[in-house]
Amino acid sequence: MARKLLLEHIDVAGINTLEVYRKQGGYRAVEKALKKLSPEDVVDEVKKSGLRGRGGAGFPTGMKWSFLAKPEGKARYLVCNADESEPGTFKDRYLMTNIPHLLIEGMIVSSYALGANTSYIYVRGEMMPQIRILEKAIAEAKAAGFLGKNILGSGYDLELYVQPGGGAYICGEETALIESLEGKRGNPRIKPPFPAISGVWGCPTVVNNVESIAAVVSIINDGGDEYAKVGIGRSTGTKLISASGNLAKPGVYEIELGLSVEEFIYSEKYCGGMANGKRLKAVVAGGSSVPILPANLILKTTNGENRLMSYESLADGGFATGTMLGSGGFIAFDEDACIVRNTWNYSRFYHHESCGQCSPCREGTGWMEKVLHRLEYGHGAMSDIDLLVDVAKNIEGNTICPLGDAAAWPVASAIRHFRDEFEWHVKHPEKALKGNYGLAHYADPLPPVVVETV
Amino acid sequence: MLKVTETQEITFSKELLKQFDEILTRYPEGKHKSALLPILHLVQAEFGWVSTPAMDKVAAYLHILPIEVYEVTTFYTMFFLQPQGKYVLEVCRTGPCTLVGAEKMMQHIEKKLGVKEGEVTKDGLFSWRGVECLAACGMAPVLQIGPDYTYYEHLTTEKVDALVDELKSKKA
Amino acid sequence: MSDKVKVIIDGISVEVAPGTTILNAARQIGGDIVPPAMCYYSKLEGSGGKCRTCLVKVSKGSEADPRPMPKLVASCRTTVMEGMEVQNITSPEVVDARKGVVEMLLINHPLDCPVCDQAGECDLQDLAFNHGAAETRYEFERRTFDRIDIGDKIQLHMNRCILCYRCTYVADQLTDCRQQGIVGRGDHAEISTYIEKAIDNDFSGNMIDVCPVGALTDKTFRFKSRVWFTKPVDAHRDCPTCSGKVMLWYKGDDVIRVTARKDENHEVEEFICNTCRFDKKATKDWVIEGPSRIEHTSVISSNHYDTLKPLPVIQENKALMAANKEELERTKKS
Repeated sequence: MARKLLLEHIDVAGINTLEVYRKQGGYRAVEKALKKLSPEDVVDEVKKSGLRGRGGAGFPTGMKWSFLAKPEGKARYLVCNADESEPGTFKDRYLMTNIPHLLIEGMIVSSYALGANTSYIYVRGEMMPQIRILEKAIAEAKAAGFLGKNILGSGYDLELYVQPGGGAYICGEETALIESLEGKRGNPRIKPPFPAISGVWGCPTVVNNVESIAAVVSIINDGGDEYAKVGIGRSTGTKLISASGNLAKPGVYEIELGLSVEEFIYSEKYCGGMANGKRLKAVVAGGSSVPILPANLILKTTNGENRLMSYESLADGGFATGTMLGSGGFIAFDEDACIVRNTWNYSRFYHHESCGQCSPCREGTGWMEKVLHRLEYGHGAMSDIDLLVDVAKNIEGNTICPLGDAAAWPVASAIRHFRDEFEWHVKHPEKALKGNYGLAHYADPLPPVVVETV
Repeated sequence: MLKVTETQEITFSKELLKQFDEILTRYPEGKHKSALLPILHLVQAEFGWVSTPAMDKVAAYLHILPIEVYEVTTFYTMFFLQPQGKYVLEVCRTGPCTLVGAEKMMQHIEKKLGVKEGEVTKDGLFSWRGVECLAACGMAPVLQIGPDYTYYEHLTTEKVDALVDELKSKKA
Repeated sequence: MSDKVKVIIDGISVEVAPGTTILNAARQIGGDIVPPAMCYYSKLEGSGGKCRTCLVKVSKGSEADPRPMPKLVASCRTTVMEGMEVQNITSPEVVDARKGVVEMLLINHPLDCPVCDQAGECDLQDLAFNHGAAETRYEFERRTFDRIDIGDKIQLHMNRCILCYRCTYVADQLTDCRQQGIVGRGDHAEISTYIEKAIDNDFSGNMIDVCPVGALTDKTFRFKSRVWFTKPVDAHRDCPTCSGKVMLWYKGDDVIRVTARKDENHEVEEFICNTCRFDKKATKDWVIEGPSRIEHTSVISSNHYDTLKPLPVIQENKALMAANKEELERTKKS
């Protein structure tokens, strides 16, 4: 069984238009919510669904909504986070390009639930084509009476606008996004206060990822309980996975949470195995920020169980042997990929994207990048490897926003699992410049865990 | 400190100002500073880059201090603070793209155009640069060209050659 | 019900007004349990949270919710709760993290205190001495910038800047037209006027006093004297613009610098105007109140007394006195 809740009609010709989208049952959720449900009912359904934020942190959406302050006489805002910038993640672009009305419909229902009369979709500036697509879809929805004053005679008013970003990864962090929406530099705010109390222009605000908002549509159509039946355990529903790297069929796949990682990589229905018949070396399972795992650990947990695509299973083993589902940016590395070079590349990215506000991240990301560059280009020393671990440790947890952690985790995990490849770069710089360390033992099955009982 | 020598007066056309006015209607009373990013995108689309006089004019239009505009334009990487080629090829250089040959693509573009990263070709048509993740990792390697930010996916050296030639012939 | 909140910092309890931050609660206790702060400035709204030197561990959230906070928190931006327990210098984790932060602040800061005009009154120098490591592990080139004159009275040397943002808050909150700000991003960010505009404002000089390092210095004072060769005295004048309460820094009989007065947290007590700061440098302009209070640990307090006396002891120890006699003789100046 593999249910599709978001991309069910993705192959229908013209699904990006209101007319076709309506024919496929679109905007039913708006009609149901506005005519039959109270805003509290909608929040309850989302709570029941167990939906967790799809942007990366995995925080329960219903709970986030229930934290929203509702002071008298103050506007509330819903802002959709479409600043998709996490390396390895491109699902929101796909969704907005192909089925924009799903997002618009989700925005209307969610705004209604939160009591917002003006909502914004903050789209990263590079996605100008998607901005045009959304603006067109909004105009269509407005003409059809789904936006504007007194929607469907319910007395509820909503205006929806698209706001472009300007090229900054950090604006995917919700408070940086709010700053950016206010026309400022994308410096994350110091929390508390949280956006639910004081967000855009000091008003209570909820920021949700594109996919989370889109998921609200099927939750309202089928009911929260139905949605919760899909998936596994506390990982309810379906998830869009952006598959990239050395895969035979990279792309966006909607999976039911709980699918095994092995099936996702090797099944013809999904990625169809590795490209060019190569062997799998490593996987970054949830966007570049999450810890990288070698092939043996991504396919099986240390207990010898199959690793599943779910929040819990991917995190099994903590950071020692596990990782995170994150935003679902699934990057596969084949045997020819160089982990040191890749770690340096990520490090450069975080160095480039650090806002520069707090010192550990501003200085530490640049430092790590320089040391990794030195290692990759054959000038490294053994002590550099420990230095990197130490610098990563000094950044992690000590910064204003999670970008510090996001910069530290890839470096720490690469050294944790691929230390011999780093050491090989130090010992054999001339070989490292010409060739690759290869697959080594990274795909070997793990020895079974022996638990001694006294 | 950024040295700015360019002081040429610029004017915003009536059509452009009309678009600015429309953008302002999206925000509550008194929150017009929010219009800064959308307006800067329009300015860059119109002039090809964002000059200091242009920033000052935007500041005046929004009734904010010029420094507030400088702070923003220098923070976001999409805004060009120096003149660029008519077409700026922005190649993604982050992780997933490099796994499938983005670095090779950048070397090829450098050779094809005959200019280094950030430089403009003699005919003023092209410049190029590496940029960070463009959220199109499944279609890697990719590049984008503003101001519409059209994407070119699954790049090969042949595709890059064809694209450059096509853009050149557009001029003629 | 008491309108005070009780909080325990490093085992010392203190009662403070609700809404007080951990840092300010610690300052009410005083002493070495006060976390260092490089960016927070109580007189500048919105400051703080950035440098991360004031990180502390909250081992008990509050009486109502005793769970510890999962991460170290910036004490300057975290408000106290009834029954909160905080560890600063008693937590090895905090001491370690702070050492890490100091290292980060120093990797791109030139280690040239001997030629820096701020030496002797530099918060970063004190911070590194008290909380940092002895050696640097950074082996790359440090970022450099050209020196910039912000008008004819202030010089900006970005090499030394730690991006605390205090000066931009001064510009925002004390002057009517902010001309400088933070441009660029990440470790390329810099304080700038973008186009080299002179900052011409009655209160712009205060950015020199709030700067924790030698990034913003008084051009009328630069390299005239080491600060420990000067003698600071409190003085005031009847100023139409500001409070007129200042410190005059004497070298011999000349006033070589005028600054605002600073409290025990190295914060300006009252901001002063540029006329007091730059234009009134004669003793006759001022009413002298007396020597300024300088911490005994500061190098500024050295060289000011003709003889060095041992600290008073409760009971005279004859044997020790005799043993120290030779040493005492040597330290006595003729």
